[in-house]
Amino acid sequence: MTNNIITVASDNDGKSIWKFFVGELKPRGKWLTPFNIISIPIMILGLVLIVIRFWKGIGSITNLTQEVPWGLWIGFDVVTGVAFAGGAYVLTFIVYILNVKKYHSIVRVTVLNGFLAYVFYAGALLLDLGRPWNVINPIIGNNFGTSSVLFLVAWHFMLYMLAELIEFSPAIAEWLGARRVRKILSSMTIAAVIFGITLSILHQSGLGALYLMAKEKIHPLWYSEFIPVLFVVSSVFAGLSMVIFEGAISHRVFFNQISEENHKKQHSILMGLSKICAVAMFAYFFLKTLVFIHDKHWNLLMTPMGYWFLVEIIGFVLIPMFMFYYNSRRGNILYIRIAAILTMLGIIINRLNVTVIGFKWDAPNHYYPSWMEIVVTLAVIFTEIWIFRWIVTRMPVLRDSPKWVHDEK
Amino acid sequence: MGLDRRNFLKTMGVAGFTFLAGRSLASDLPDEADVEFKALLYDSTKCIGCRACESACAEANGLPEPQDEMTAGVERKTTETQRCVINAYAYGDTEIYSRHQCMHCNEPACVAACLTQAMYKTKEGPVIWRADKCMGCRYCMVSCPFDVPKFEYHSPNPIIQKCDMCYNRQKEGKIPACAENCPAEALIFGTRRELLAEARRRIAENPDLYQPIIYGENIAGGTSSLSVASVPFEELGFETNIQKTSYPALSKGFLYSVPSVFVLVPPLLLGIYEANKDKNLEEEAHD
Repeated sequence: MTNNIITVASDNDGKSIWKFFVGELKPRGKWLTPFNIISIPIMILGLVLIVIRFWKGIGSITNLTQEVPWGLWIGFDVVTGVAFAGGAYVLTFIVYILNVKKYHSIVRVTVLNGFLAYVFYAGALLLDLGRPWNVINPIIGNNFGTSSVLFLVAWHFMLYMLAELIEFSPAIAEWLGARRVRKILSSMTIAAVIFGITLSILHQSGLGALYLMAKEKIHPLWYSEFIPVLFVVSSVFAGLSMVIFEGAISHRVFFNQISEENHKKQHSILMGLSKICAVAMFAYFFLKTLVFIHDKHWNLLMTPMGYWFLVEIIGFVLIPMFMFYYNSRRGNILYIRIAAILTMLGIIINRLNVTVIGFKWDAPNHYYPSWMEIVVTLAVIFTEIWIFRWIVTRMPVLRDSPKWVHDEK
Repeated sequence: MGLDRRNFLKTMGVAGFTFLAGRSLASDLPDEADVEFKALLYDSTKCIGCRACESACAEANGLPEPQDEMTAGVERKTTETQRCVINAYAYGDTEIYSRHQCMHCNEPACVAACLTQAMYKTKEGPVIWRADKCMGCRYCMVSCPFDVPKFEYHSPNPIIQKCDMCYNRQKEGKIPACAENCPAEALIFGTRRELLAEARRRIAENPDLYQPIIYGENIAGGTSSLSVASVPFEELGFETNIQKTSYPALSKGFLYSVPSVFVLVPPLLLGIYEANKDKNLEEEAHD
């Protein structure tokens, strides 16, 4: 089957483009997989809930209150999701700027993951907007709220999506067999990468800076003027842990897409990534300790929120950090994957502590997401995975580029 | 006319500066000097708890008449249909009242947060909300330290509800409905400067009655909603865990770093890229 796709993609010059698209839209492979059986009902239910939300208002399916106006959809979908998408800017930096060839085979899938994450999580942001038809206001320029961190974040999301699309576009051109277009698009890669890394640094930190004005609302163990720096540093290992996690799944699910050579490289790539994670986590831990000491919150440590803080720092930063470090030397892939999962849980916990759990922690009525908010979130994630799977099985993302690409070089 | 080099440069400099900064310098300054921030002063010691201001507010803004009972000690809050509230607190035989509404900060967090300029600080002082611009992101609610903006969660076309100090009435030369309808003169309207002087005078003349604090003079960088009372403000449901300096200043450092990052990071990356390019050639030669 794999060979078949490659021939279609490389030899379709003479064929009708319309026939090609129709062919590509058809589902491939088995239909009743466990993933499909779980995801389809949730996606349908999510769609129904979204219809209700636009018909009856945001309060009809969420537990948001006047005091807690941002809940799971912002705290998890947007703030956490974007941190996980950080792997794209880290890897493009390593591969294109530092010119480390070793990681080249995983850069495309990471960029695709990042791009889809932004498309879907920014999409989830639209669900959370009360008056989404006015979303054009800050874009077309009649109302630039330039003093707003959210303005910056919104623009950076849009521009970064464009940068990632450009970074990924050679794969689309290879799929369509458009040789000249591919050449033009791939010549834009470096510019897109440089632009994309700059944007990423700014909006990863910007997501933290969003909460700077909520000074008294966030628990003092999590509020600090260094939230932006902490967010951008943690996005490095959040993104790379996602790359490790996603790689573990891709290598099983899309086994036949990956060339033998790249299968062999996998081990060395994992060791490298886990070393980078360990170093980034150490920097993060160091910074977090400095902030803690500087803010003099020792008295808060012996409270329930203080214990929770220690669980986050020790259980989900220090422990995975050591796991990454030791196993990058010993070469134990299983432990690296477990460390990646722990790190990801730690990122989820950290982002939710700032945005939801620690937000108005002292209020009499606390916000808990409704089951409907969770279903919509899952529906968004599943839809993203569906699109990801569709692209990976058609375009040269995990598998090597068609032969003509190498011939032309 | 002898125009030496030094003077010439000076003139050019001034002209250039005026040209660059021209619009804001030339047009706004004289106007803004004429206009002072308007404000409301609430004197809790004069308030009789009649809630006429609540009704007048509802009527002036086309909102439903408040129906809920006022019970001593029960803290009512502004809602998506009510822009101001009077609450009662029992002290021995008497009741002491407090009034809550939008603070109309001098440097409002909600305005700094708004990415569409829907929340807007008018030059007269009121902070207003403009429906045609708002996209309903609720970042103003996240940022407001007083939790003032209220959102209609159960509407497909939701609005943000908050006091706008009757901005439209002010433009017609009228005063806010609440101050106009207060029978006890507990709520008065004027310029912020006049009202601060008046509040100070009352405290100075009657130090035994008043707490020596004007709520709103300094908190959050100063507000246009001022209050004086006979008991500490935290006992009257006023938010006292508020910093004295302005809230937008908290994200200023981050926003100011953005241009530097934008200018400095790309050339740095380009430099590293160029430096590593040779390795590329070398490796290709090995292939």
